[in-house]
Amino acid sequence: MDAMQTAALLQIDALRHVYPSGDAPDRVILDDVGFTLRTHEIVALLGRSGCGKSTLLRIIAGLMSPSAGAVRIDGHPVDGPSGDVAMVFQSFALFPWLTVLENVELGLEAQGVPPAVRHKRALAAIDLIGLDGFETAFPKELSGGMRQRVGLARALVVHPKLLLMDEPFSALDVLTAETLRTDLIDLWCEGRMPIGSILMVTHNIEEAVLMCDRILVFSSNPGRIVADIKVNLPQPRARLDPEFRQRVDDIYGLMTARPTGRPSRDGLFPGTGIAMVLPRVSTNVLSGLMETLAAEPYHGQADLPALAAHLQMEIDDLFPVAETLQLLRFADMAEGDIRLTEAAQRFVKAELDERKKLFAQHLTAYVPLAAHIKRVLDDRQSHRAPASRFRDELEDHMSEELAVNTLRAVVSWARYGEVFAYDEDTDVFSLDNPG
Amino acid sequence: MNIRAVSSAVRTWPLSLGQRGVLPNVYDVGLFICIAAVFAAIAHAGREIEAPLARLDLAPVTLEIRHLPDYALRTTLRMFAAILVSLAFTFVVAPLAAKSRKAALVIVPALDVLQSVPVLGFLTFTVIFFMRLFPGRQLGIECAAIFAIFTSQAWNMTFSFYQSLRTLPRDLDEVSRHFRLSAWLRFWRLEVPFAAPGLIWNTMMSMSGSWFFVVASEAITVGDTTVKLPGIGSWLAVAIDERNVQAVVVAVLAMGAVIFAYDQLLFRPIVAWADKFRFEQTAAQQRPKSWMYDIVRRTRLVRRLVRPLGQLIARLPLATAQPRRRRPLPAGLARAADLLWLLLVVCVLAYALREIVDYVAAALNWTDVTTVVWLGFLTLIRVVVLILLASLIWVPIGVWIGLRPVVAERVQPIAQFLAAFPANVLFPIAVVAIVAFRLSPNFWLSPLMVLGTQWYILFNVIAGASAFPTDLREASTLFRLRPWQWWREVMLPAILPYYVTGALTASGGSWNASIVAEVSSWGDTKLQAAGIGSYIAQASEVADYHRVVLGVAVMSVYVVVVNRLLWRPLYTYAERRTRLD
Repeated sequence: MDAMQTAALLQIDALRHVYPSGDAPDRVILDDVGFTLRTHEIVALLGRSGCGKSTLLRIIAGLMSPSAGAVRIDGHPVDGPSGDVAMVFQSFALFPWLTVLENVELGLEAQGVPPAVRHKRALAAIDLIGLDGFETAFPKELSGGMRQRVGLARALVVHPKLLLMDEPFSALDVLTAETLRTDLIDLWCEGRMPIGSILMVTHNIEEAVLMCDRILVFSSNPGRIVADIKVNLPQPRARLDPEFRQRVDDIYGLMTARPTGRPSRDGLFPGTGIAMVLPRVSTNVLSGLMETLAAEPYHGQADLPALAAHLQMEIDDLFPVAETLQLLRFADMAEGDIRLTEAAQRFVKAELDERKKLFAQHLTAYVPLAAHIKRVLDDRQSHRAPASRFRDELEDHMSEELAVNTLRAVVSWARYGEVFAYDEDTDVFSLDNPG
Repeated sequence: MNIRAVSSAVRTWPLSLGQRGVLPNVYDVGLFICIAAVFAAIAHAGREIEAPLARLDLAPVTLEIRHLPDYALRTTLRMFAAILVSLAFTFVVAPLAAKSRKAALVIVPALDVLQSVPVLGFLTFTVIFFMRLFPGRQLGIECAAIFAIFTSQAWNMTFSFYQSLRTLPRDLDEVSRHFRLSAWLRFWRLEVPFAAPGLIWNTMMSMSGSWFFVVASEAITVGDTTVKLPGIGSWLAVAIDERNVQAVVVAVLAMGAVIFAYDQLLFRPIVAWADKFRFEQTAAQQRPKSWMYDIVRRTRLVRRLVRPLGQLIARLPLATAQPRRRRPLPAGLARAADLLWLLLVVCVLAYALREIVDYVAAALNWTDVTTVVWLGFLTLIRVVVLILLASLIWVPIGVWIGLRPVVAERVQPIAQFLAAFPANVLFPIAVVAIVAFRLSPNFWLSPLMVLGTQWYILFNVIAGASAFPTDLREASTLFRLRPWQWWREVMLPAILPYYVTGALTASGGSWNASIVAEVSSWGDTKLQAAGIGSYIAQASEVADYHRVVLGVAVMSVYVVVVNRLLWRPLYTYAERRTRLD
């Protein structure tokens, strides 16, 4: 093994990042994150949305400064954007008024590279990434895949030591994303990219296993590294290869595992009791997933990776639904499997009115916030209460945005279960049934 | 690296002038003639501006048709000079407000007020200032006129640029920081292009609006002497003094021609060119067209000469100057600094307010104040009633037009042209009519206030109705809604945000117009309606600065209060409730 391969390109120690949130306790985004990235490695930061992985990427890029901890690139501490890293953005982030060539030249222009050299290097990068012939096109004339190629070329042209990619394929359709992934891996394996290492953020487990040498699995709220997995399968990797499937299954298991020593349902969502941060999941999706699980071929139990593949849902879409079902005691999740409860089986067989009744029972029994609002409305003579009251209550424990979202989630569930009503104009909860 | 990439790089760099020839083509020749004409005109006007003031007495403004082209030229150049000053002001002040919280604290409310406040009232002050700056020369009066026009143009442009700067797409902002674009490069590569569509639109609006002030600012009375700068405004003033209907009509035609010319030769091409700065990532269905822009695009030599200008931006040493990294102050200290600044601002404001009160109180008493408030109320009623009437007329018409794309395409430019047309040119005709039919000026002078501003309601409603989604239209047709139900539940909510924008602009403009509209004259005949506008106009005529200050202050309060209590909430409501996405 030569010296280059062991050299630490990126070193992160005890990194911590918090968002100050006024009166509420500060929200911890990243907690005690530390890892080392060596030259010639592709590493994935795998986690669900809201686990702080994009924040981490921005800290490494020097766009944000962490609350505590150290980031070093090649031994030098990062204290702002530097020429050593280049980033590829999820939204492509191309300047619509610049042509492909001008977009790619932008970084060089900022460095003051003379026009002749700049032009030459930009054309080389465009050529490398397969954009030949599109130099004078404007981004709005290109398809999503082509746009992301421009984003890649723009990052590569500055010859960064470290290439950062923030969910680079998640805004693309399935086929385009796959082509781009394979092209990128081919270039990487052939050593044609003028970069040292790649660090990519993703919430797609298969993508991480397909492309990366190492996967750092993040937990949510706060973001922590819970596993550092080496993927030593040879490239090119085949998705149907049993070993590949095994890796994917393992990571699913890891991500559905509960921290030991806690009751199974606490810790599903951050916060406890009425202060639990709830995801906005439609009741249509909830009953849809229950019906799918109850029917052929699952008969009430499914392997999550297989289910995700079948439903074409990524973990960011699937997990909140599954976890909401778990919270409502309609399903159990463990070791990468999901199993419907007996109540869910009844729900699936029932008619609409009975479904609503069952849902209402579970909602008031297992979602503390819903129970709390119902109790307050029952206690009051007018059976009415301003929503702001509950929002304020939530804001003692979470950020304003999360409070609003949590309350909206409960409102949509309560409306379905006809537990209580909400009038948007007056911002008031009531027990009125609008008929 | 691919060999082809290298060879093509060599082939196209440096901008090989021999590649497709530098020989000018026919479009080059055409454009060159245009450019030469513009420079000749500027030089001609420049020579006259340098002349001493006394020459104006030797060659006073006369109603001779052969002078009219020269007058039109001088007026147009004045307006473009003011637009350039407004742009410079915008490029300095808006970034300041966007980048410094402390500056924003002062600048944003100031812009908000200045945008809706009658600056016409201050003309007399500025004239004296500029005449002292350039004693005995026409340049002083020119500067005063340009300044007056500038004060009617700059604020909404600055505001638009400020708002664009505040809503820069986050990812593009990150890219520019990430690639360490210098402030200079960031300004020209990110901020200006992103703001361009809004800024251009507002510049056009400003240009239209300022015609109103040109007419008022060219014929300036300072104390006993009246100076008339050569221009269409002075021509019009002379024509009104001499009761020359024919000359008024000629002035109207000349203005129409000028507006048409700069619209076709300058603004349309700019709008067509600026289409590429629209931020939407999808290709637009309808691209703005301009024959002039097509000609410019077909030129060969001019394009070659212009292209390096764009590259110059990146060539300047500024382009790579890296800003020093500033460590943010600790939170506590930053808050203390903010408080200190706020305190300072409040102190200065309190001092200024005291000065105004002292100044006004020196000559006036409480009765004056209540009179002005009452007059302001009268004008308020006029504005409200007129906006309502204009809405009743133009909303149904606008909807009818907007739902018919073919008609809308034809009507929209006409409505925009009408909005650009200075309505005060038509006032003399109204005066003649009121006198002839012995009508009450209190009542019949009022419509003049909305004459120029009602078009904002029309073309905003047209835009709203055009944007109404076809599927919703089809659904409402299928349900066979009764007419009233259709208006109440479908159309009115759909156009509400657009209507509010239009009505807001129209009402703001009407307040400003009241200064000119509530007092109108025709030769010796002078008609006057009771209102705060006529109060200010009269006070500035007799140079009673105490009353001018009081009048303007009270009107400002009215405008700001109406904006805060009526338009702002309505706009928020429309945004929240009737957005179609």
